Amino acid sequence: MFNPLESAPPLWHNGPVPGAFYNFPGTQRIPAANPITHTQSPVTTSTSIIAITYDKGVLIAGDLVASYGSLARYRNCPRVIEVNPNIILGAGGDYADFQYVKSFIEQKIIDEDCLDDGLKMKPKSLYCWLTRIMYQRRSKLDPFWNNLVVGGLQDGVPFLGTIDKLGTAYTDKVICTGYGAHIALPILRDALDKKTNLNLNDAKALIKRCMEVLFYRDARSFPKYQLGIIDKDDGVKIEGPLTVEENWNIAYMT
Amino acid sequence: MSSIGTGYDLSASQFSPDGRVFQVEYAMKAVENSGTVIGLRGTDGIILAAEKLIMSKLHENTTNKRIFNIDRHIGMAFSGLIADARQIVEIARKEASNYRNQYGSSIPLKYLNDRVSMYMHAYTLYSAVRPFGCSVILASYQDDEPNMFLIDPSGVSYGYFGCATGKAKQSAKTEIEKLKLGQLSCKELVKEAAKIVYLVHDELKDKNFELELSWICKDSGGLHVKVPESVYADAEKAAKQAMEADSESDTEDM
Repeated sequence: MFNPLESAPPLWHNGPVPGAFYNFPGTQRIPAANPITHTQSPVTTSTSIIAITYDKGVLIAGDLVASYGSLARYRNCPRVIEVNPNIILGAGGDYADFQYVKSFIEQKIIDEDCLDDGLKMKPKSLYCWLTRIMYQRRSKLDPFWNNLVVGGLQDGVPFLGTIDKLGTAYTDKVICTGYGAHIALPILRDALDKKTNLNLNDAKALIKRCMEVLFYRDARSFPKYQLGIIDKDDGVKIEGPLTVEENWNIAYMT
Repeated sequence: MSSIGTGYDLSASQFSPDGRVFQVEYAMKAVENSGTVIGLRGTDGIILAAEKLIMSKLHENTTNKRIFNIDRHIGMAFSGLIADARQIVEIARKEASNYRNQYGSSIPLKYLNDRVSMYMHAYTLYSAVRPFGCSVILASYQDDEPNMFLIDPSGVSYGYFGCATGKAKQSAKTEIEKLKLGQLSCKELVKEAAKIVYLVHDELKDKNFELELSWICKDSGGLHVKVPESVYADAEKAAKQAMEADSESDTEDM
């Protein structure tokens, strides 16, 4: 019996099927290619985050550009944010993914506030929670294409940790992601070897120096950046846009 | 309840011959068994006050709260069955979060009120479920405008300048009507709210109770929070003094 729900039978044996594509007999069918997976590569990206702890808090800096490939596409994309009075967060990588991550972190903070227990989330908790999320997404083969840097005060003690798109996470006194891990991290480690207990001004000067070096060396960087500060005494501040002092005279051979 | 036992009160999905839905009316009875809750709308915000009856001296005094946060800028107080109310709190929070996720701004109270009241109404339509045994007051302060809605178990809701629900809602309403709600600020209203809760409390039937006070106003930065301890202490003191003055004048009359 003819069933209207099924497709019609071929007109003759091995012949064309009404309403369907036809392959001539003997030609080989190309096996279907895997679907393109746009989610598994970044599109609009931001570059390094550099972060450092000092005696009374944490600094996180990141520039303001979001690149489309090598094009400096958007030039005012903040990516250092205050999460709550205990935590600041910086992010590099896919900017859209970061915006999504940011929105659900904000909702998490509201949910916590609603509990009305008088407690605020601390950086270690956020760090752990984000680790779980990043690892779960990578295990689904659909990672958030970000490097997240969580900084804050854990009961008054500076905390700094990072999570990458694979869910790899570690804490350290200095953390740089992306290109900064190659260029800025050695500078910071060197400075920390020379003087172990930095104060705010030392740390700020170091960050400034690193942003300058990164701007000269990293082709995806930008001379405007934000600096997030969380301090035991002064609380959270997001400074910026700050400007990198440029001097291109040295580039000319005279 | 003349028609009790005539068979029309077993299901929420059936009208009685005189056009009533008894299950809904019974739900309202459940609300009237619980402590009084009032909401007052002042010029610069809203006060929520609840009389939390303490069933046992063994209870810890911060448990089983009657006032909840729904979002940063929305508070909810309820009277009735606490477990039912928590379900309402849960869905209200979900709606608020959902709105924020979709529109990127906090939910206006009238939309939240629509959604929550539709939800409660849905539970008056089917024989398989029972209506919620609680009334809730929703309060917000957005764009310099205070708003307050009261939703009944039937799913009916109205906006109010002053509202009361629970055991002594009648006498509380009479007291609220004496206030000039259009002219008082939140600071003044806190004391009035405390006074009313103390006044309508029935000492003979329920011995112990705890006063809960929250506000959402200019002073709280548009956030729904418990009133600060100093304000709470002042309000409670004023209420107790008013009660004493009241009882003294009573004895004079005799």
